[in-house]
Amino acid sequence: MSDAPMIVTPVRLDYEYSVSESETTFLTEVQRGRILGQRCPVCSKVYVPARASCPTDGVFLGEFVELPDRGIVTTFCVVNVPFLGQKIEPPYVAAYVLLDGADIAFQHLILGCPADEVRMGMKIEAVWKPEAEWTTSMENIDHFRPTGEPDADFETFSGHL
Amino acid sequence: MRSVAVVGFAQAPNVRRTTGTANGVEMLVPIAHELYAQTGLEKRDIGFFCSGSSDYIAGRAFSFVMAVDAIGAWPPINESHVEMDAAWALYEAWVKLQTGEIDTALVYGFGKSSGSDLRRVLSLQLDPYYLAPLWPDSVSLAALQCRLGLDAGKWGEKDMAEVVARSRADARSNPNAQLSGDPTADDLLGEPYLADPLRRHDCAPITDGAAGVVLVAGERANEIRDTPAWITGFEHRIDAQNLGARDLTTAPSASSAAVAAGVDGASVAELHAPFSHQELILREAMGLGGEVRINPSGGPLCANPMFAAGLIRIGEAARRVWDGDAAKVVAHATSGPCLQQNLVCVMEAG
Repeated sequence: MSDAPMIVTPVRLDYEYSVSESETTFLTEVQRGRILGQRCPVCSKVYVPARASCPTDGVFLGEFVELPDRGIVTTFCVVNVPFLGQKIEPPYVAAYVLLDGADIAFQHLILGCPADEVRMGMKIEAVWKPEAEWTTSMENIDHFRPTGEPDADFETFSGHL
Repeated sequence: MRSVAVVGFAQAPNVRRTTGTANGVEMLVPIAHELYAQTGLEKRDIGFFCSGSSDYIAGRAFSFVMAVDAIGAWPPINESHVEMDAAWALYEAWVKLQTGEIDTALVYGFGKSSGSDLRRVLSLQLDPYYLAPLWPDSVSLAALQCRLGLDAGKWGEKDMAEVVARSRADARSNPNAQLSGDPTADDLLGEPYLADPLRRHDCAPITDGAAGVVLVAGERANEIRDTPAWITGFEHRIDAQNLGARDLTTAPSASSAAVAAGVDGASVAELHAPFSHQELILREAMGLGGEVRINPSGGPLCANPMFAAGLIRIGEAARRVWDGDAAKVVAHATSGPCLQQNLVCVMEAG
């Protein structure tokens, strides 16, 4: 094995990557602290972030819908394992966040309570970075934290898991 | 064999650069809807979806999965993909139709060729040990092929210029063409070389685009089209991968595919020749004489969306049958460097 002949053939290609028009609008608005979803004209579901098409119906999405920066945890995992490039000291919680009025969850960070207290249905709100640091990124939201309100009933989000 | 016909064809405008994403959704959503409108079929009527595209073009993994967003995968659909021009996806769909498992198929292909340096991206389809590490780009390889033919007296630069002049003129009646015009061969020969002996116009343009085709088996095709384009021959063959192992001035795999598919008697041929001299190679290899109208759409020298341009040849050829312009047509698609892989689809009326 060790004396097998080897060749090294470096490969490098540069790409220009475009986001869709919907994503452009989303990112431009998130820089201003607004979260935009977009509604499917067929199934009426609200996707966030805004995106080009409804993957269920195969049509372009329609109206933009401004969403609040609060919602619930649908499902989550507690990260206990250290890995290269990790920015937060474990244990911490990566969760699916379903904003009020949205039909699809996105992944974000939950802080502000011990990791073992995070629950499905827990009400949360965004903690934004200082406005001076806002860019065209969801990282403008530093994390989500519990609001302390009563948990949502499972039935209210069972269709979003 | 089960009778299968091409009954629907749609394509995006072929352009040098779109602002859309690399997964083609912006181009593909209107294509699917146009195909449904043309055929009267709905999503739930489609038994099988099959696509052709390349992650190397998109610059991201699983770009074809993102593209499924364009067709809407609910209720669950039956779907497959080839990392080849969508003409080969159409072949897969045709085989699946032959099994009798399905009666209809929608085939699509897309390529945002402008996302990177296409000539370099295409180097990566070469053998990874001896050729790819040298980064011979696609235009330079075609230029070497062209030089071999010129030196052997197989064609001249004037012959190539005439191919380009005819293609550009025909493209004037194709609203989706990227390039068109009415240059004379002499005008074209006055242009500088891009990669001697190829001039810029001898090379297909870099094109962002997408296309879709609907296939239907049996009697149902007659309900959709007065004159469906029935597939009567369908073959694809491959020549040696090593460029030094074959005579680049010929295309034996195109010859044998053409014989097996039965191209004799066709009056129109849409050839996927991304370089002008390659059309000359293909005409000879496939036995297409002067009586055969070549690339009435303008062909790939006027629009060449990667991974869709071969499928477009099938759609454009089928259209001649639907319109009554031709009773028998040939569509050809190529893949790999210097016409290494060749697919021939013969379609006939009634």
